[in-house]
Amino acid sequence: MPSNYDIAIIGGGIVGNAIARELSRYELRTLLIEKEIEVSFGTSKANSGIIHSAIHDDPKTLKGKLCLRGNALWEELSKELRIPFERVGEILVARSRDDLPVLKKMLDSAKANGIPAEMVEGKRLRELEPNLSLEINTGLLAPTAGVIPPYEMTYALYENAMQNGVEYLLESKVTDIKRDGKCFVITAGDQEVKVDHIINAAGVFADEIAKLVGANNFIIKPRKGEEYILDKRLDNINNHIIFPTPTPTSKGILIIKTIEGSTMIGPTAEDTSDREDTSTTEEGLNKVLSFVRTMIHDIPKKDIIASFAGIRPVSDTNDFIIEESAKVPRFINAAGIQSPGLTAAPAIALMVVNILKTTGLKLEEKKEFKKYDKPHRRFSLAVDKEKELLIKLNPAYGNIICRCETVTEAEVAAAIRNGARTIDGIKLRTRAGMGRCQSGFCIHHVMKILSKELGMPEEKITKRGGDSLVVKEKR
Amino acid sequence: MKNISTDIIIVGAGPAGMAAALKAYEMGIKNILLVDRLPEPGGILQQCVHNGFGLQKFKEDLTGPEFADRYIKKLGNTGINVMLHTMVMEMTRDRKMIISNDVDGLIEVAPKAIVMAMGCRERTRQQVSIPGTRPSGIFTAGVAQRFMNIEGYLPGKEVVVVGSGDIGMIMARRMTLEGAKVHAVTEIMPYPGGLTRNVVQCLNDYNIPLYLKHNVIDIRGRDRVKAVKIARLDEKGKPMNGTFEIECDTLLFSVGLIPENELSRMISLELSHATGGPFIDDNYQTSREGVFICGNAAFVNDLADYAGTEGEIAGEAAAKYLNDSLEAGTKARVVAGDNVRFVVPNFITREDSVTLYARVTQPMLDVTVSSSGGIINMKKQIVKPSEMIEINLDSEKLKKIKGLKELMIDVRPNK
Repeated sequence: MPSNYDIAIIGGGIVGNAIARELSRYELRTLLIEKEIEVSFGTSKANSGIIHSAIHDDPKTLKGKLCLRGNALWEELSKELRIPFERVGEILVARSRDDLPVLKKMLDSAKANGIPAEMVEGKRLRELEPNLSLEINTGLLAPTAGVIPPYEMTYALYENAMQNGVEYLLESKVTDIKRDGKCFVITAGDQEVKVDHIINAAGVFADEIAKLVGANNFIIKPRKGEEYILDKRLDNINNHIIFPTPTPTSKGILIIKTIEGSTMIGPTAEDTSDREDTSTTEEGLNKVLSFVRTMIHDIPKKDIIASFAGIRPVSDTNDFIIEESAKVPRFINAAGIQSPGLTAAPAIALMVVNILKTTGLKLEEKKEFKKYDKPHRRFSLAVDKEKELLIKLNPAYGNIICRCETVTEAEVAAAIRNGARTIDGIKLRTRAGMGRCQSGFCIHHVMKILSKELGMPEEKITKRGGDSLVVKEKR
Repeated sequence: MKNISTDIIIVGAGPAGMAAALKAYEMGIKNILLVDRLPEPGGILQQCVHNGFGLQKFKEDLTGPEFADRYIKKLGNTGINVMLHTMVMEMTRDRKMIISNDVDGLIEVAPKAIVMAMGCRERTRQQVSIPGTRPSGIFTAGVAQRFMNIEGYLPGKEVVVVGSGDIGMIMARRMTLEGAKVHAVTEIMPYPGGLTRNVVQCLNDYNIPLYLKHNVIDIRGRDRVKAVKIARLDEKGKPMNGTFEIECDTLLFSVGLIPENELSRMISLELSHATGGPFIDDNYQTSREGVFICGNAAFVNDLADYAGTEGEIAGEAAAKYLNDSLEAGTKARVVAGDNVRFVVPNFITREDSVTLYARVTQPMLDVTVSSSGGIINMKKQIVKPSEMIEINLDSEKLKKIKGLKELMIDVRPNK
């Protein structure tokens, strides 16, 4: 029996989708397999949206190389996918005298690696960040760091990959992989697919997937991070991504200026044994607050409107693992993609394509790669003239269903037509439910639109698939 | 862009907004625009199918929709322009507004006066910092109420209610009547957050346990809520040892309300930390001339009846403002003293009659509500944070208050 696909990508996070889109440039039969009901529902769901400058990473590591390359690639990629990308810059601040030599060393290293960076002190530092605590007088500014909306990015990659022929098998957990001659037979959910190549982008489960075929020369050590978002009304807390001076083991807890203009604080870093434990804790919140308040004193707890946690897939080598398995030919690991995984994602995708060129796969570029044509038009960001035009073209733009984030019925319906199936899928794509009322106003509107567009009764609508039904019974 | 000309715009068609519109109309202003983002007038009253409305205003025991209907019927007999399914997008300090709906698109409105009656929103789990997972099955009480009473869905079957606000207690009873099991209502304070009548009629009558000085300290469950961990709190409000778990599939949060003031912020009105609404005088006028605010948008009321009364005052004042007959009398400032969390309105200007509403910080038995100058002296058997104290001031008292410039209200024990 010949194979059904040339390539199966396991895992639908930012990495899997970036690879899928890159592969969709070629005449290949590609399938992406994801265990959740929608893509971007694993670790990518909890991404903080930072495009790092690469100043933190050792340029000799894969992380360092791909981060620097990725940072440059985002310029073009964000334009192609019409996703906002703002180089707000990052400032690493010295919280004590001991930090100064560390920053100096980082500056030298940045210069050597072609990363723009400069020391900022005193008055200049305070102009850049007026609310920094008065004890802080020195910072290292890396202006090429930026922020993007991480989920919108993942969905744009997904949609563009699909436009160009990548197939997606969702809600299908990979439970078995068998070798059949030169092929692999993957059991995913209740399906069996036969493929020539496998790319393992399974995030926190990458070692378990690799183990199914004996390609596990690494283990994943899940590390939890909690993040807290402040009301966007407080949009003048910080202007950059503010880091402490790193220690040998940690980048520390940050004050992030998100692409939405709001402030996010976090993440914590706690090793955990549970790969799905995305609970937040009181200790986590206290740790984050007390840490960030050493950099900016006035961070109000009462204005925290949302919290979340994600699990970083840290490998035991502490670096990215992107290579064809030495033991299992044509099985390629893209594993251990912790921070700066989002930044590196486009570079990882290119690297995986290059690896495939060495595995005997024939890569023939398609005559036409379809440009991304479904950008998410955010009604809230349009000027009045555009808003009027949008409503004229489609009256559903005049029906605002999320008051905190000004999201319209038209945007929700478009998200569903582009693949959203759940309340969380809508939220991550459109921001409906992300604001200060935390979906109190919009949840029943979103349920109705999902029900209508999917032809599914409202009582069957879930928050994120599985057993997460929003309501229990129809009356 | 389409343009609508109007003398007064009223934002929000709940009891306060409808009452304001009707009063202004009665005062002779005929060009009134009443907007609401919901598809029908009545605001949150429409989902309050329980009784207890109208006892003050109509001397009748009505349900929420019946109470709303009293106003809606009257609206139908006027020429008030009611625009539903319409949201205010922008508002500027010089009273220019952009409103939007799916029929007309964006519409410019430049009213001569504005009455804001946006109501309030519920505090969420985040605002009380409850850690744990974020599964399905976590609702604010008002959202659960909407699902149950308007949309026709039972939100859950095994329920824990966090916080003993009125809506939480009312929903504990409502869900019990619908066949759900309400295992507990937790309250961090040593006394209930809502009205006594709701503790009796919604919890005690249905044997629903109320755990005072307890809090949920962890939420479990990946897809759907599976259990909560509850702890008793010590004197400082910190969880004590000896926690217990309740298996449940649903959590309702009834942990307070916040006046909805995004529009007030757009025009840079200063908001009071005590009420969450802008500072107002006794005509319910804000610090910006011609901009009025009433009902729960101004401060959280106990009863919809009060919101109606405030709407009438604001509507009358807005009409007078248009006729240039709103007198700017001398002002006296009203200040919260001992055991008073807030007292509103913040300024007294009127000379005929004014009602002050005060909320205490701590419950107390056998107290006197007093003021500077000995002008107010009311004995009360009991005061609690959940029940506003109503203080009526007649013209004689108002004259004395104006002489003082500042009126401090205290609530002190008699012993």
